[in-house]
Amino acid sequence: MIEPLSRSTLLLSRYAEALFWLARYMERVENLARILDVTDTFVRHGADQSGWRSVIQINADEERFLKRYSEANAETVAEFYLVDRENPTSIASSLFAARENARTLRPLISTEMWAQINVFYNRVRGLTAADAAPSRVSGLCAYLKEQCQAHAGITDGTFFRDQGWAFYNIGKYIERGDQTSRLVDIKYHTLLPTTDDVGGAVDISQWHALLRTASGYHAFRRVYPSGMTPAYVAGFLLLNHSFPRSVVLCVRQIEVYLTQLSSGYSLRGAYDAQERLDELRAALLDQTIEDILSRGLHEFLDWVQRQFIEVHNAVAAAFWRKAPEQSQSQIS
Amino acid sequence: MHGLLEGYNNNGFFCELMDCTKHDPAVALIARRLSAMDPAELCRRASIAEAELFNQGITFTVYSDKDAIDRILPFDLIPRVITASEWDGLERGVRQRVAALNAFIWDIYHNQKILADGVVPKHLVLGNANFRPEMVGLDVPHGTYVHVCGVDIIRDETGAFLVLEDNARTPSGVSYVLENRNMMRRIFPDLMDGIAVRPVGSYGLMLQQALMEIAPTSVSDPQVVLLSPGIYNSAYFEHIFLAREMGVPLVEGNDLVVEDGRVWMRTTAGLAPVHSIYRRLNDDFLDPDVFRPESTLGVRGLIDCWRRGTVAIANAVGTGVADDKAIYAYMPRIIRYYFGEDAILSNVETHICGEPEGLAYTLANLEKLVVKPVGESGGYGLIIGPHATRAEIEAFRAQLIADPENYISQPMIKLSVSPTLSGKTLAPRHVDLRPFAITGKKCWVLPGGLTRVALREGSLVVNSSQGGGSKDTWVLE
Repeated sequence: MIEPLSRSTLLLSRYAEALFWLARYMERVENLARILDVTDTFVRHGADQSGWRSVIQINADEERFLKRYSEANAETVAEFYLVDRENPTSIASSLFAARENARTLRPLISTEMWAQINVFYNRVRGLTAADAAPSRVSGLCAYLKEQCQAHAGITDGTFFRDQGWAFYNIGKYIERGDQTSRLVDIKYHTLLPTTDDVGGAVDISQWHALLRTASGYHAFRRVYPSGMTPAYVAGFLLLNHSFPRSVVLCVRQIEVYLTQLSSGYSLRGAYDAQERLDELRAALLDQTIEDILSRGLHEFLDWVQRQFIEVHNAVAAAFWRKAPEQSQSQIS
Repeated sequence: MHGLLEGYNNNGFFCELMDCTKHDPAVALIARRLSAMDPAELCRRASIAEAELFNQGITFTVYSDKDAIDRILPFDLIPRVITASEWDGLERGVRQRVAALNAFIWDIYHNQKILADGVVPKHLVLGNANFRPEMVGLDVPHGTYVHVCGVDIIRDETGAFLVLEDNARTPSGVSYVLENRNMMRRIFPDLMDGIAVRPVGSYGLMLQQALMEIAPTSVSDPQVVLLSPGIYNSAYFEHIFLAREMGVPLVEGNDLVVEDGRVWMRTTAGLAPVHSIYRRLNDDFLDPDVFRPESTLGVRGLIDCWRRGTVAIANAVGTGVADDKAIYAYMPRIIRYYFGEDAILSNVETHICGEPEGLAYTLANLEKLVVKPVGESGGYGLIIGPHATRAEIEAFRAQLIADPENYISQPMIKLSVSPTLSGKTLAPRHVDLRPFAITGKKCWVLPGGLTRVALREGSLVVNSSQGGGSKDTWVLE
């Protein structure tokens, strides 16, 4: 199905890296917008301010945040993550990075892809703290999500399906899988304040919020029409094979694209990453959520996140992080 | 004429549109259509064009600490029109010029006959910083050194086209020619309706073809790349544009590596061979082994590969000596020397102060002339006679007498005008023209070229850094 290696399928290493990062950054923007949006809604509807603090935890930004702000509340967290260019993990910064990668990729990506990112970035670039005020967060997040989805749609509709497409998708699903695992990690424990409560009766609206963050609420209801337990929710977000943001689905997608690189394009460099991924996939497929919970959810998710990093590093080492003096195989 | 062009007055300058309406019915039709336009509608279209250029990133980027701000080159939606017969002369003139540049460069890097015969003074060539001793004795495919040439042309008050400058290194601006045409098709299709305008879309194809023609002949399917200094270069958009139009990778220095006397690019599958490089960085930066040792933009060992003939480079190294102001003054004689014919396109009247008659004329007319230093070997600034004080002129006179060989003089140039949207009306603004010629085996000239326009009233400076913009250039059938 895939053409044999020929001139037209060659891909510069630098482009592979930029595609990978473009996808990661766009995915990051979308996930962050989702988290901010749902946090805004639920904190507003009576939950305590810890919702805002958990956003900072998900991104492991405690230290950076406290250097700039004294308290995590609606104003400070929204400003920090939406418009603050001093914060490298903000949406404004991620989008800047996405666009610079896209700029590098302009010879490769469609004009529509570039124009959309460009217009999107220029709009976000003009935002100020006032645009991230509590009354505007929800509308702004809706806009951000929409634009990320527009990017995904334009990319799907216009990006040439060569190996660049595989690198783009590997980046996208590593980011998405990582984000979902972080979301479950932080939220699960925030929502279960004491170990006695794990599996017990809790405020159900918070679990709704968690599902909605991942756009999984209605899908979850279809799968579990009769009940909602924390274990079901965690299991759904981690292990459901059909839910597009579940960790296991992301892992399987990464697998598809790594296989495409190794088999379709004969890129042996993908083997190492595939081995890493096999471990991760096995761990996800061989366990039920109950197994995972009983052995320690946090420890498991921590390991999952480290595995994603390993996969990323293996891809980077094989395809673009080569030392210049290290001789490479030559294609005749 | 009624309507928008009713009070149009070109103040004694040649007008690219109005002075051609009598000879060419299509030009007259364009003028009538423009004049009948509703000014509010013109303004609306102009703002759409501006937004589109910005959104599509047809821009140059200004980088600061954490930000990248895009700026567009201002676009004027009133086209500059060139009739078929005018273009015929321009095209032949540009071809002749390119052929002369290539013949001259071949000669100075081989027999230096033109120097021995005293047509061009030796020191202007051999003492020029852009003369590359590494090039001596090297043969390039088809004798072509200047694969892409941009010739800056102006038009005096009589309507004569005159060459102001040759650009034989890495001339830029061609992307705007093609993008301006795309823009016109979208925002002004009604102006072009029924008028046969020569297409410009084949530029990428022709460039790619020329790059294939100069690749090593032992390779059946050569890999062409465009070598760019990267996203921080102000012409990066053009690099992207040309790479896309040619369908070849845009590479940076770090993407390329030399092994076994050949150039390779780093791909996900390992090193892949590269055979022909359209480079958009200057000689100085190409290879730290040969030129600036601190350059990180180039490729170590590239020039050695080129000398071995395993890779082609366009434009060739060392062309800068030919588009220098000092050599420019000799171009009419260079053409006559190699081809035994007169230059089809004249230079702007130029006096060579290194020659007795030129110096005498210049000294006698300092208050009327612009005197420019030449070469990279010296010179102490230029003087614009009509704008200088008595004292400045006298000070300059002494300087000129002390070192006449480093100067040329020209009268104040007069640029033609073209109707341009200004506020809510059409007003004359000065323009120039940069046609582009591509040469591999043969020379091809893109119909038209880049028309730059000085948007400020009365200004003669068309550079984008000083309020210049661009227009679509229509060559009629």
